[in-house]
Amino acid sequence: MRRTLRLLARPEAGALAAAVVIFVFFLAVAPSFRSLAAFCTVLYQSSTIGIVAVGVGLLMIGGEFDLSAGVITISAGLVNSMFCWYFGVNMWVGAALSLLFCLAVGFLNGWLVMRTGIPSFLVTLGTFFVLQGANLGVTKLVTGSVSSRDVSAIDGFDSLRAVFASSTTAGAATIWITVLWWVLFAGVAGWTLQLTRIGNWIYAVGGSAGSARAVGVPVVRTKIGLFMVVSFLGWFVGMHLLYRFNTLQAGNGVGNEFLYIIAAVVGGTLLTGGFGNASGVAIGAFIFGMTSLGIVYAGWDPNWFKAFLGVMLLLAVLVNTYVRRLSAGKAA
Amino acid sequence: MRRGLLTTGVVTVLALAACSGGGRDKSDADDSGGGGNAPGSSGYTVAFITHETPGDTFWDKVRAGAEQAAKDEGVTLKYSNDPDAAKQAGLIQSAVDAKVNGIATTLVTPDALAGAVKSATAAGVPVVGLNGGIDQYQKLGALMYFGSDETLAGESIGKRIAGQGAKHPLCVIHQTGSVALEARCDGVKSAVPGTENLQVNGADDSAVTTTLQAKLAQDKSIDYVVTLGAPIALDAINAKQQASSPAKIVTFDLNQEIAKRIKAGEVVFAIDQQPYVQGYMAVTSLYLYLKNGNDIGGGRPVLTGPSFVDQTNIDKILPFTEKNTR
Repeated sequence: MRRTLRLLARPEAGALAAAVVIFVFFLAVAPSFRSLAAFCTVLYQSSTIGIVAVGVGLLMIGGEFDLSAGVITISAGLVNSMFCWYFGVNMWVGAALSLLFCLAVGFLNGWLVMRTGIPSFLVTLGTFFVLQGANLGVTKLVTGSVSSRDVSAIDGFDSLRAVFASSTTAGAATIWITVLWWVLFAGVAGWTLQLTRIGNWIYAVGGSAGSARAVGVPVVRTKIGLFMVVSFLGWFVGMHLLYRFNTLQAGNGVGNEFLYIIAAVVGGTLLTGGFGNASGVAIGAFIFGMTSLGIVYAGWDPNWFKAFLGVMLLLAVLVNTYVRRLSAGKAA
Repeated sequence: MRRGLLTTGVVTVLALAACSGGGRDKSDADDSGGGGNAPGSSGYTVAFITHETPGDTFWDKVRAGAEQAAKDEGVTLKYSNDPDAAKQAGLIQSAVDAKVNGIATTLVTPDALAGAVKSATAAGVPVVGLNGGIDQYQKLGALMYFGSDETLAGESIGKRIAGQGAKHPLCVIHQTGSVALEARCDGVKSAVPGTENLQVNGADDSAVTTTLQAKLAQDKSIDYVVTLGAPIALDAINAKQQASSPAKIVTFDLNQEIAKRIKAGEVVFAIDQQPYVQGYMAVTSLYLYLKNGNDIGGGRPVLTGPSFVDQTNIDKILPFTEKNTR
């Protein structure tokens, strides 16, 4: 009994319950949802949100936000694509350059937040707009259009595609490599949070930065590191988008930053920091993927798409909160 | 040891950085435009105002056309844009205040722009409409109009795919609450009653792909996918492959990538409203009106589309898409 209570008090307990409810619901109402192929599509959709959400979740546990996480995926792809297209160099060079660029943006986000004490919401809102504008402006300058050019014939494209955007087909089901990366990243994040000193630091800086500093936690380094983790994962998804779709629209990516935050919150991460875990965030991303596609599999009127999505997400959060309160109440 | 590693790294990067093919064609220097008159040599200044949302390849072409016309005719062009109707009205007003010689503006939100257009005509500044507002431009006091009729364009697509046997097309709307996109799908539906609409998140290619994939898996009777923008058609190709669906893909608007896919047979046809022509003609019509008192269109809107691009004419059009003018 005590053990079940302790399980219920875990951050992902509510999300897991909600995920099961939604899964069963769509199994019941959407016949075409009941196939392995559909499940794999849902996993893929979840992974494209889930990979960055791992980082955003960690950052939120650490008590900060990153609103630039959505557009940085496109910036990452564009840097790689346009550099290599313009200079005609191997795609691996561009990928490495893009990684450096993203890490620098993450560092800048973290450094500005720590240095100035301005809330990360505002600092990253600034970088969000800067990146959004730069994506369009630079792309237009380099390619003469607002989408990047075809780079599939440049050396290194195929090997990078194998790393970031390959898939294997078993029967009717297609497993995308992003799903495996997502599981790996979530696993590493979970391990770091639960079993390492850095994990303790993340919870500590999110819970109370002042007390964390007092007991000797390197607050500045931890938080800057977290921003860099987010931008690294943003880079990763950007690489996937580039090597799967080849040409990128410079105006894309906007709005996804909220999906990452939604995934983290649905997964039991507190908006105020200090509470949450990696498997919760992964389940949150899975709920998002399942809901957004379940509506389509159910064949419902597409005009209601967003409304359904909102209701589903609200329900998920409610179930989540309810279960947590219940377990906390009983445990007390 | 560390230095050794570093050197290896640098050498590898240098080796990789050695030129590899497939990128920009460097022999192809920027030859867009060429010649033309000095800006402003005709003495006219034209304000060009659109509701462009930054990041849409469509507007690149409208603007490229306008700039080419300005160059050819020696007109000074002042381009500005804002997707917000009230702010677009403000841009028109400020063009009037700046005493430009003529205003070319999109009129997708006629009611919101009526006041500003009226103050332009009251101040004696000629206004031409383009791209949107085909039914209202005259009422607002604009002299001429260059654009396509969205509903008519949708109908033309609908009729053509109906002729090819379409029973249940899927019309993919990639932006919520857009009157123009809804009108296109309504046009398709008027020709093929079995048309179904699907809303997707156009800002995320992987979301578009998976949503389409799910829809194609859910409803196997879908025989055509009609996308309303060129980038969405590329996602539809991916989704079709993933869902191993037999549906055929047709699309509104054209870009270089779509032109290649039409040549390869992956997209059956694209319908082009020729944005370059809209930009070029809007500026040119003002030039002719100011210079020579001309009126183009005989009191009716001038249609710049729909123009079909398929395998029969793609070879001619492909080079123009590479120059970003079609």
